Amino acid sequence: MPAETVLFFVFGGLAVLGALNLVLQRHPIHSALSLILVMAALAALYLLLGAEFIAAIQVIVYAGAIMVLFVFVIMLLNAGEEERTSMSRAARYVGLPVAGLLLAEVGYLLYRAWPEGAVVEADKFLGRTGPIGRLLFTDFALPFELTSVLILIAVLGAVVLAKKEL
Amino acid sequence: MVPLSYYLVLSAILFGLGVVGFLLKRSVITIFMSIELMLNAVNLAFVAFSYHWQALSGQVFVFFVIVVAAAEAAVGLAIIILVFRTRASLNVERVNLMKW
Amino acid sequence: MLDYLWLVPLLPLAGAFLLGVVGRRLAQSTVSLIGVGSAGLSFGVSLGVAAAVAEMPAESLPMVKSYFTWLAAGSFRVEAVFLLDQLSLLMILVVTGVGFLIHVYSIGYMAHEGGYYRFFAYLNLFMFFMLLLVLAGNYALLFVGWEGVGLCSYLLIGFYFLRKSAADAGKKAFIVNRIGDFGFTLALLLMFWTFGSLDFTTVFGRAAGMPVEPAAWGQAGVLTAISLLLFSGAVGKSAQIPLYVWLPDAMEGPTPVSALIHAATMVAAGVYMVARSHVLFAHAPLALTVVAAVGCLTAFYAATIGLVQTDIKRVLAYSTVSQLGYMFLGLGAGAFAAGIFHLMTHAFFKALLFLAAGSVIHAMNGEQDIRKMGDLRGKIPATYWTFLMGTLAIAGLPGFSGFFSKDEILWQAFSSPSLPLGWLLWLGGVVAAMLTSFYMFRLVFLTFHGQARYTPETAHHVHESPRVMTGPLAALALLSVIGGWVGIPAVLGERAGIANLFEHFLEPVFSSSTAILRADAIAHSHSEELGLMGLTVLLALAGLTVAYTFYLRNPELARQLAETFRRPYQLLLGKYYVDEIYSAAIIRPLHWLSERVFWQEVDVKVVDGAFNGVAARARSFGLWVRLLQSGNTRSYGAWVVVGALVILSYFARDYVFR
Repeated sequence: MPAETVLFFVFGGLAVLGALNLVLQRHPIHSALSLILVMAALAALYLLLGAEFIAAIQVIVYAGAIMVLFVFVIMLLNAGEEERTSMSRAARYVGLPVAGLLLAEVGYLLYRAWPEGAVVEADKFLGRTGPIGRLLFTDFALPFELTSVLILIAVLGAVVLAKKEL
Repeated sequence: MVPLSYYLVLSAILFGLGVVGFLLKRSVITIFMSIELMLNAVNLAFVAFSYHWQALSGQVFVFFVIVVAAAEAAVGLAIIILVFRTRASLNVERVNLMKW
Repeated sequence: MLDYLWLVPLLPLAGAFLLGVVGRRLAQSTVSLIGVGSAGLSFGVSLGVAAAVAEMPAESLPMVKSYFTWLAAGSFRVEAVFLLDQLSLLMILVVTGVGFLIHVYSIGYMAHEGGYYRFFAYLNLFMFFMLLLVLAGNYALLFVGWEGVGLCSYLLIGFYFLRKSAADAGKKAFIVNRIGDFGFTLALLLMFWTFGSLDFTTVFGRAAGMPVEPAAWGQAGVLTAISLLLFSGAVGKSAQIPLYVWLPDAMEGPTPVSALIHAATMVAAGVYMVARSHVLFAHAPLALTVVAAVGCLTAFYAATIGLVQTDIKRVLAYSTVSQLGYMFLGLGAGAFAAGIFHLMTHAFFKALLFLAAGSVIHAMNGEQDIRKMGDLRGKIPATYWTFLMGTLAIAGLPGFSGFFSKDEILWQAFSSPSLPLGWLLWLGGVVAAMLTSFYMFRLVFLTFHGQARYTPETAHHVHESPRVMTGPLAALALLSVIGGWVGIPAVLGERAGIANLFEHFLEPVFSSSTAILRADAIAHSHSEELGLMGLTVLLALAGLTVAYTFYLRNPELARQLAETFRRPYQLLLGKYYVDEIYSAAIIRPLHWLSERVFWQEVDVKVVDGAFNGVAARARSFGLWVRLLQSGNTRSYGAWVVVGALVILSYFARDYVFR
């Protein structure tokens, strides 16, 4: 079996296991650590798809900043294990079946639109930083600037919201 | 030589697990994390298709998703802190005052 | 002057508007000036128009003047157009002339009544609508005038609106008129459907090309239907059977109103309208027969009621109904000019009679019961002599105006080739003429002759009316005497060359229909005509004699006769109990239907119920939907997933739903 396939299954399996663990764990901190695992696995998968820049971003920003923020908040709030309350009948009886339906539908769509013969090959890898950077500053210049504004707003918002006294 | 469809299936599975977590968990932070999981699953699908169509804009979009997720996480967690301060609990079912 | 034709109706409108807006603050003399002045100016302009027409060649009439487009909706166009021909010229002269005289009279009569400015405002408004009616060049504009005069009639009958009987009478007039107007509206619809237009020139032009319809009930066509429906409107407006019941009650209004509206002009609108539509009627012999029959019956019927009435105005009211019947008899016989001739003479002498009666009432301090009058001849001579002139005219005594017009109608009814059983209709008319003579002279004798049957207090009050009232009386008396001389029939005036001036004047208007209706004319001899004329005169004189006997010679005779024929007398006194029959058979069931069924069932339960029901449904639905807002975020999350599923299915619908 070629190396890519093995790597795919390894990292894919890690991702799925991490996700399962996130859902099954009762303490938020364990879920957070599982999520970090998922993100790391995904970064590897991006590399397998040739998206170098994205993989790097994933690790640096997502796993390295966002998840750290999550962990900090969990620690700050001293979040404990979840309570076993259940006050929502809709979530249990409507949500879950429908979620299953959703998955089934996605699966069906995939089955119907199965891309035949499409394989991932190394020669066709895209995703070097340079071209992405160029795109960001030419075709996607406006969204790029807007996201910077967005981040500014988010920073301000977060500071204002979390202050002890306004 | 991994077929593209495998990536898509993986993305679907991760997304589905995210939805299930979103519905089942009771701690707001965990729910939030399920949402992040869903976003990641979608990112994977984007990158896969970016490769398939040989279009770099797919990865640019992933970039934007990550940026927005970061901003969202910052603000969202700030709100969670506020909620915790007022309701003294991280159980989402205790935050139920906006009802008819 | 012809360019100023529009001033004729608009001057009174301006007067009405001015008086309506600021009349309350003006002095009584100013109100008189405006009210009477506008009517007088209108009359002046009409005279000017007549003079201008007289100088033009005969072919220049009919003249159509269109001022602006009033309605335009698809293929339906209505212009504001005036039609001036001999008929409408005659009508505006009569309306403005008699109207002006009555306006002058009202200065004196209404001087001490309240609401002086309101009276003249309404009167001027009436003049506007009436003139609009007779000048209109299409049926839509005519209908505007038609309805307008009905409105003014309501306003003026109920002038003393604080009196319940007056207010009720106004309502009754309007509602009964409305019933006729319904038929009129149907006629207009049918007309538009048939001819595509309501314009006189267009409709009459197209109708002239259509064949004359057979005079059988099963085979009559659309022209007969239109004509009959138009006539139903005339039945309401001109108080024929069965819609005459409003006219006697209309006497609740002030006497000048009775004179102008319910004698001289408004009630004549139906006659004018039928005459104007002569082309349609000429093509529908069945309709003409109906018109003549109804007219004849009404003439006779109303005369019988008038025999025993005791209110001076009531007698005159029934007399008006009867005389209108004569006019329709003339029209139905195909003698349109004769009918209009009687319209004109009737305007003169009936207005005179009403105004003189008003003078009597004025002298008698408001008393209207003739049983409480008597021996006024010497005390109010001007009133007496003018009243007598009017009576002589209406009774049809030779030389006076009524004689010529009434006789013309009776002769035409007898000799018309297009009228079946003409002799029977003639007979009815002749008997009614005798009854007319009788009850009118009864009125004269009881009011002015014999013994004074009033109290001494009233005796102090009796005085002649002021000149502003007796002046118009004199003018109208003169017209009642000589007004008929323009219509001297051929038998009498041929040698002197003054025969049938009136008929010749109107001939261009009616020529087409006369040609159709006289097609199979049998020649009647002059002696036949003279013979019938003499018979009528004889019967009129007989009526006079009987009245003289009953009320001057031998007053007891009348009472004994009433005793002997108790039942018929009561029937006549009770006006054949028609009002009571209408009330029981129509009004009360309608009332019950409106109240119990339409209001309580349909309106409350169905309409309100549906409306409130919808609101209640919306409310309960809202109450049910709001349960979705449980406040529980997890539930919201579930619904979000459901929504996501729906959206995904929509975007992938081609794949998912094969």
